[in-house]
Amino acid sequence: MAKQFGLLARFKDTPDLFHAAEKVRDAGYRKWDTFAPLPIHGLPAAQGLGRSRVPVFTLIGGFCGFWIGLLMVWYMNLYDYPLLVGGMPFFSPIFPFPIAYELTILLAAFGTLIGMFVMNTLPQHYHPLFNSEQFLATSSDQFMIAIESSDPQFNTEATRLFLEEIGGTDIQVIEE
Amino acid sequence: MATTTSNLPTCPAQAELLDQIRPAEHKETPLVGNKRDFPWVTEKICTIVESRVPTWWWVAFAMALFTASFTGVGLVWLVSTGVGVWGLANPVNWGWAIVNFVFWIGIGHAGTLISAILCLLKQGWRTSINRAAEAMTIFAVVCAGIFPLFHVGRVWFAWWLFPIPNSNAIWPQFRSPLEWDVFAVSTYGTVSALFWYMGMIPDLGTLRDRATLVLRRGMDETLTPLQRKVQTAIWTLRKYGYGIFAMGWRNAGNHWRNYEMAYLLLAGLSTPLVLSVHTIVSFDFAVSIIPGWHTTIFPPYFVAGAIFSGFGMVLTLMLPLRALYGFHDLITQRHIDNMCKICLGTGCIVGYAYIMEFFIAWYGANPFEEFAFINRAFGQYAWAYWIMFSCNVFVPQLFWFKAVRRNAAMVWIMSILINVGMWFERFVITVTSLANDFLPTSWGYYSPTIVDIFTFFGTFGLFSVLFLLFLKVLPIMPMGEVKFVMPQADPHGHGFGDTAQGANSEMKGGAH
Repeated sequence: MAKQFGLLARFKDTPDLFHAAEKVRDAGYRKWDTFAPLPIHGLPAAQGLGRSRVPVFTLIGGFCGFWIGLLMVWYMNLYDYPLLVGGMPFFSPIFPFPIAYELTILLAAFGTLIGMFVMNTLPQHYHPLFNSEQFLATSSDQFMIAIESSDPQFNTEATRLFLEEIGGTDIQVIEE
Repeated sequence: MATTTSNLPTCPAQAELLDQIRPAEHKETPLVGNKRDFPWVTEKICTIVESRVPTWWWVAFAMALFTASFTGVGLVWLVSTGVGVWGLANPVNWGWAIVNFVFWIGIGHAGTLISAILCLLKQGWRTSINRAAEAMTIFAVVCAGIFPLFHVGRVWFAWWLFPIPNSNAIWPQFRSPLEWDVFAVSTYGTVSALFWYMGMIPDLGTLRDRATLVLRRGMDETLTPLQRKVQTAIWTLRKYGYGIFAMGWRNAGNHWRNYEMAYLLLAGLSTPLVLSVHTIVSFDFAVSIIPGWHTTIFPPYFVAGAIFSGFGMVLTLMLPLRALYGFHDLITQRHIDNMCKICLGTGCIVGYAYIMEFFIAWYGANPFEEFAFINRAFGQYAWAYWIMFSCNVFVPQLFWFKAVRRNAAMVWIMSILINVGMWFERFVITVTSLANDFLPTSWGYYSPTIVDIFTFFGTFGLFSVLFLLFLKVLPIMPMGEVKFVMPQADPHGHGFGDTAQGANSEMKGGAH
């Protein structure tokens, strides 16, 4: 038998998934996740997840963008090739402001997207869960919870009973 | 974040009072009509992509391609001859090219308003029109970009606009608003595409999973072996095509958590971006010293106009889509009402700006400025001014009436008139100030040539080609977001009246 990834259980609807998630969290499991076709309000807290760290990436991106913008104009219009236009100064923080502003937003947006990927450990085109037909229905309209075997508390029989107890149905063993 | 807090009452009287509290009755019209459930939404959106294209699509696509070829002819003509084939000549050296550029960029702004500003304002109704409006933004930016790109004359040197080292060792000149425009518009196009793509990842995952399921279950037995092979090839292409771009999205709680945060941040970034883009576009005019252009009202006035024209375009696109694809439960009358009201609101801002410009021209006591405005309304381009004024100020006033907002045909015609009016607004601003400036001896009259007309006419075809391809290939509504505003999404089983999950067991997520 191939190595086991974990157990997958189906839940009836949004409230069922929400309350089951609270119970899995309270039971002390660490390596598990919920799966739903939509973002559910308050579910991260019910899963015991804190605030997302994506903003850190956004901040780094935005900070770099602003200074790259100003330094670029300083380098090009004052340092490397000073060009006198209409008697205006070669550099001032005012006229390149639109450039710095746009680059702040541009790099912050890239930072956000990259942050979303990094924090979600994507791209990850293969995952054991994709082997389950039941799991593939999640993205349309199903609600699932998967508890991984790598969780210190995991025990195939006990975890299966626990998932049944909190309302899970169609419990499946997922293989690596 | 909804957390389970324990606000225990401190005294018996308080407990009694708390006991009497009942949840408020929602009188709100639901955002998804007919009490639809989650699978219905998935089927509705996915089958558009997965089934054969309807006949009307091919007819529209052929017409759009034919129209787009006009832009091709216009541009080949221009590049092979020179910018002189456009109607530009002293004193009007900025004609249709800038008018069309501002017109298309403005249309794009409604898409960003819907995806970003309405997201920050928690307007649930934006979800069903969001994706298509964002697509409209990107395609409008593509159309807009053509005009300044080819107006530079030798288009093969257009890359000099970007700070890339070249053999002349000259850098761009950053004191010019035109250079700011390069940064604003290219950032706008890029960030809009990023936002659009990120929002689409969960839906691409859904399409990937559906294709995988079809392949696993095998093709229909009734098909001939060849048909089965073709079908398998198509579904495999879908599985991998969508799969690659879905990046392995699994709809995990952790995924959604980071996704929601990233979405909120991108909305927060796009909001100042969209305001800055049209502000900088207006700087192209406002930073100069031409009478009629050199005004501080331009940035807010341009932004309001952009949103006004953009919502006009959203209505122009969504009303036929709603009828053709039967989206009446997703784009409800409430959505149409809201869009009409935004058109009315922004139309009033634009009207206020027209009148305020006149007042300031008089109050500023600058004879050139005064002349510029009197000339706009009563001079050689008065016809254009009054088309603009009637389409942008008088026409949207009809949106005050419910009967008008409920008449789809009427709304559609009005949405087109709004865009006609907004095109003329840019024409009036650009051309009247240049044609009659300080020196009467150098006055002139500008008319476009056939090349101008071909190039502009064709961009509607280009836009339609891109939009039709979007309809066929990509999920046209964000399924996760639409589901999020449905009553079944509530984790505590609350909903609207009798559709609440606790009240009516048939509506519960799993049972259909």
